[in-house]
Order: sequence, then structure tokens, then C-alpha cells
Amino acid sequence: MTSVTQTVDPADRAIARPAGPRPVQVSKASRERRKWFEIIGLTAPAFIIFSSFVLLPIGFAAYYSLFRWNGVGWPHEFRGLYYYFGEYGALRDPVFRSSLRNTGIVLVGSLLLQGPFALAIALLLNRKFRGRAVFRLLVFVPYVLAEVTVGVIFSQMLQYGGPANSLLNSLGINTIDWLGNTHVVIWTLLIVLTWKYTGFALILFLAGLANVPDELSEAAAIDGASWWQIQRHITLPLLGPTIRTWVFLSMIGSLQVFDVVWVIASRAVRGLGAGSVIATYMVDNGYTSHLWGLGNAVAVILFIISFVTALLCQRFLLRRDVDGALSGRVS
Amino acid sequence: MTANVSVLARKKRGFLWTSTLTYGVALAVAGVSIGPVIYAILGGFRSNAQINEHPAGLPNPWIWSTYGSALTRATFWNAAGNSLVIALTTTLGVTALGVCAAFVLSRYRFRGREGLYTFFVLGLLFPATAGILPLFLLLGNLGLTNSYFGVILPQIAFGLPITIVILRPFLTAIPGELEDASAIDGASKLGFFWRVLLPLSKPALVTVAVLAFVGSWNSYALPLLILQDASLHTLPVAVQEATRAQYTQDTAAILAFTSLSMLPALLFFMFAERQIVGGLQGAVKG
Repeated sequence: MTSVTQTVDPADRAIARPAGPRPVQVSKASRERRKWFEIIGLTAPAFIIFSSFVLLPIGFAAYYSLFRWNGVGWPHEFRGLYYYFGEYGALRDPVFRSSLRNTGIVLVGSLLLQGPFALAIALLLNRKFRGRAVFRLLVFVPYVLAEVTVGVIFSQMLQYGGPANSLLNSLGINTIDWLGNTHVVIWTLLIVLTWKYTGFALILFLAGLANVPDELSEAAAIDGASWWQIQRHITLPLLGPTIRTWVFLSMIGSLQVFDVVWVIASRAVRGLGAGSVIATYMVDNGYTSHLWGLGNAVAVILFIISFVTALLCQRFLLRRDVDGALSGRVS
Repeated sequence: MTANVSVLARKKRGFLWTSTLTYGVALAVAGVSIGPVIYAILGGFRSNAQINEHPAGLPNPWIWSTYGSALTRATFWNAAGNSLVIALTTTLGVTALGVCAAFVLSRYRFRGREGLYTFFVLGLLFPATAGILPLFLLLGNLGLTNSYFGVILPQIAFGLPITIVILRPFLTAIPGELEDASAIDGASKLGFFWRVLLPLSKPALVTVAVLAFVGSWNSYALPLLILQDASLHTLPVAVQEATRAQYTQDTAAILAFTSLSMLPALLFFMFAERQIVGGLQGAVKG
């Protein structure tokens, strides 16, 4: 340790400090000032960057969405809420409505497919078995890969003459046009997303299950409870917080899904609304087609939907578990 | 006595049955998880003719040149380099800014502390994707499009909430006595931070860094919009580009390129698996 440049106020040194929670500092003016200096100095960079690149853009989006603008200079053709409710506005565009519907399918589908599946597997695998560590590693691989990578691999696999169809054929099932059939595309997307994120749910649930004490299930078994009864009345309720957290994360993620959809559903397919989700609609129309008013309007809509969903989740799902997590009680 | 015996008997029977089921399920799930990955990797070793004839077969013969040319082509290393620079800088930025903010939020008492924490936590609720359009415009005004920092700064911003949420409980848990002891030894609060707290927080810092790195490495939408020069493309963007352009029918080349781009993430994950999974679990527990 190099020599310290500051000496401690002798008054501090002399006071015997009790163990446990620190007492509130009785502050002299200069100490107070220095404290605030440190507080602001240390949090300012984070605060500034966070506000500028996360909060500010949304504010700008709301502003830009009120104008017809080609992206150069500054917008001046005021249109009000035209891009939301107007003739070519988002909410009247059938393609956007399809996007909303598809996003909804992804959201609900993800919850219904990944959740129970991961839960069932987690319950079955909630025991020590050889190769458990390797298993955990392998199962998590889909989550670690970039969504784009996953999208590219699957779009190769699901091509008309590709391995997926040849596998189906060998089982006697007809070839499916995974990528081109406008009715099938959204389900294709759902399957790919399930592949990518079930492992994540599984790992979370396994971790949550590890916190369920064995003694409880053993006691119940001695009392004559069947395996299913144990799961239903002991394990699952105790897994509640984990499940609820996962639901929250899954919903927020589903609302914003972009990469996989962008890669798997081609521009043409998206243009028909078949494989479009909110985020891709936003980029297709805003960035690619330079309809900045429309794009930003969709951004605002997406933001509102996500935010409301998150708040509802906080209120109804997580309230019982989050006690203290948001207020962050400090010892 | 009878009750115990019957329980034991049932347990024994149950154990055999569930054991087979366990291994079966585990094998199936693991197989499905890495199936597509194996397909991609092996696909790079086959010729396009092989792939078209037997879509789901093994390489026969093994062709090494596809991977070879992918590795020697500048695009791959260029993109990998870009990804690396951006990911490293993002990681440094997020970790540094995050730990400073978390330090203040955990070891200082001041009015508005909880408000500030909630302010950052709200960022978790903010959809990152919703912001990319206006972000693109904003960065254009700042002159940051088509530059590394145009991607790095927003990535830092988006990574701060989860970083602070993970670090704050960790820093809180470090006992106050250590702070007192360092004060008695003559260190200021900042000295305590730098010399005692930071070294002690290494596990949490590693977790946060790993999450930030992986998040940045895999990021696609933001680099796609911001980095227009092909020379600045990151790996995910380059992979997607490769599937269009000249290579639409060259499945083997696409798979080879994609597999190569997977390697860094996979290797990184294998070394850092415990941190990633542990960090996520810790964040879940709140």
C-alpha cells in the first residue's frame, strides 16, 4: 500500500465503532460536501451515458413520430398523430396489425412452449446424475450463440431441400415450406426461438430447484406422498419466484425479438405481414424505407407496450417476491 | 416398520425407472440442443454437391478447403477484430461505470439514493430494440454513425442497469467493519473503494464483464444500423452479409463461415460458463 494522502479526522479514529450497521454520519460541512462530490462524481458518467443513450432516444422518437421527415437535417412537416392513426399510419396498416399479431404469438407461444417443457425437464433432471455438468454446458449452448447465427443455421436447415425436410420425408411426412409459406413462417419462428431459449429457462429452473430443500420432499415421501404430489404441493410452489422471474424476462424479450426474424423471414415475406414482428416492421419502414415518422411512431408504440407489460408484471407477478429488491435494503 | 420398508421398496423401484428416464431425457435434450450446431460445423466440411444430395449426412469425403478459404479471407478476421474491439471497450466501460455507480448506491447514504437506483432499474424495463431508430438519428447528429463509439456508447448504456442490479447487492454484502478498519488505517472512502472493495468484488466483476462481453459480441441490430462501412462490420453482421451477396447457393461456405463465427462465443462460454450461469441465477434471485 502506498502512503495515504489523507489523514483521518482524529475524532473518527477515537470513536469506538460498534459492529453491525454503520451509524448515520454526523457530518461536518466539508465532509458533507466531499461526500456529495464523490457521489456525483462516481455516478455522473453512468447517469449521463444512460440518460443520453437509453432515455433520450425514446423522447426523440416521440418527437420525430409527429413529423413527416426524410431523416436529413431537422423535421419540419408536422403531422401530429398521423403516423399512429392516420391513413398510412401504423395502426391502420394491415401489415403492422399482422406484426402485432405475430409478436403476440411469439410472446404467448414462447411462454406456453418453453415454460412447461423446461419445467418438466427440470423436474425430471433435478437429481445428481453422471455428466450433469456436461449436460448443463450443452443445454446452454443455444443461448450463448448469437441470434443471427441461430437464424442463419436454421434457415439453411429449413430450406426446401434441406435436412429438416429430408428428415420429415424419411418419416413419411410431406415436405413443409418452412420459410416461404406465409402461414407457416410464424410457427417456424416460434420453433427456432423455442430451441434457442428453452435451455435458458431450463437452467434457471434447475437453479431454482436447487434451492428447494431435500428434507421437505423426503418428509412428504415418508408421509406417503407420490412423486407427483410432492412436485405439485411442495416443489412447484417453492419454484414460484423463479418461474415468475422467467415469465417476466421471457415476455420482455419476446416483445423485442428482431434478429432471428430478420434473418429467417425474408424481406418479401415480412412485407406481406406473414413473418413480421413489431421490431422488424419498425426497421423495415423506418430505416430501410426512410419513413422516419412511421418508424419512430412504431418505436413509441413498442416502447409503450413493453413498458406497460413490464409494469403489469411488476405489479401482479413479482410483487410478492421482489420485496426489497427494488428498494434495495442496505444492511 | 412396514411404512419404512414400503417407502424403501418404492424408492428402489422408482430409482431404476427414473434413472433410465433421466438419462434418456438428458441425452435427448442435449442432443437437440447441439444438433443444429453440429450440423453447421460438419456442413462446412462437405461440398455443396454432398449437401444437396444428402442433406443430413456426414461429410464424405472431408473437405478442408472451405474452412481454409474462410479462414484466409480477410472479411472474417476483419469482422472478428471489429467485434473484439467493440466488445472489449464496451465491457470495460460497463464494468467501470457500473461498479462506480453501484459503489455509491451501496455504501453511501444520501437522500434520493433509492430514487437513483430505481432510475437505473427502470432501464431494465426499457426495450433496447425500440430505441435503435431514434438512436441512429441521434448518433447521426452527433457524428457517431459509422464509428466504433457509435456502437460502444449505446451498448454501455444498455448494459448499465443489469450491471448495477447485479453489483449492488454484492457490494452491500461486504461488511462495514472492513470499511471501518480501512478508515482507522487512514484511508479515505475512495481509498477503501480502490484498495479493498474492488479486489474483493472480483467474482461479481467477472460475472458482469462476461455478461457484457457476450452481449456485445452477439449484438446484431445495433451494429447493423450504425456501422455502414463493410470494413467496420462486426462478426454477426458479416455472417448475415455472407449469406446474401455471392453465397446464396454456396451452403458449405455459409456454414463454414457461420461455424467459425460461433467458435469465439463457444470457447469463451466454455471458460466462463460458471460466471455466466451464476450471474444469471444471482440476478434472478434479485
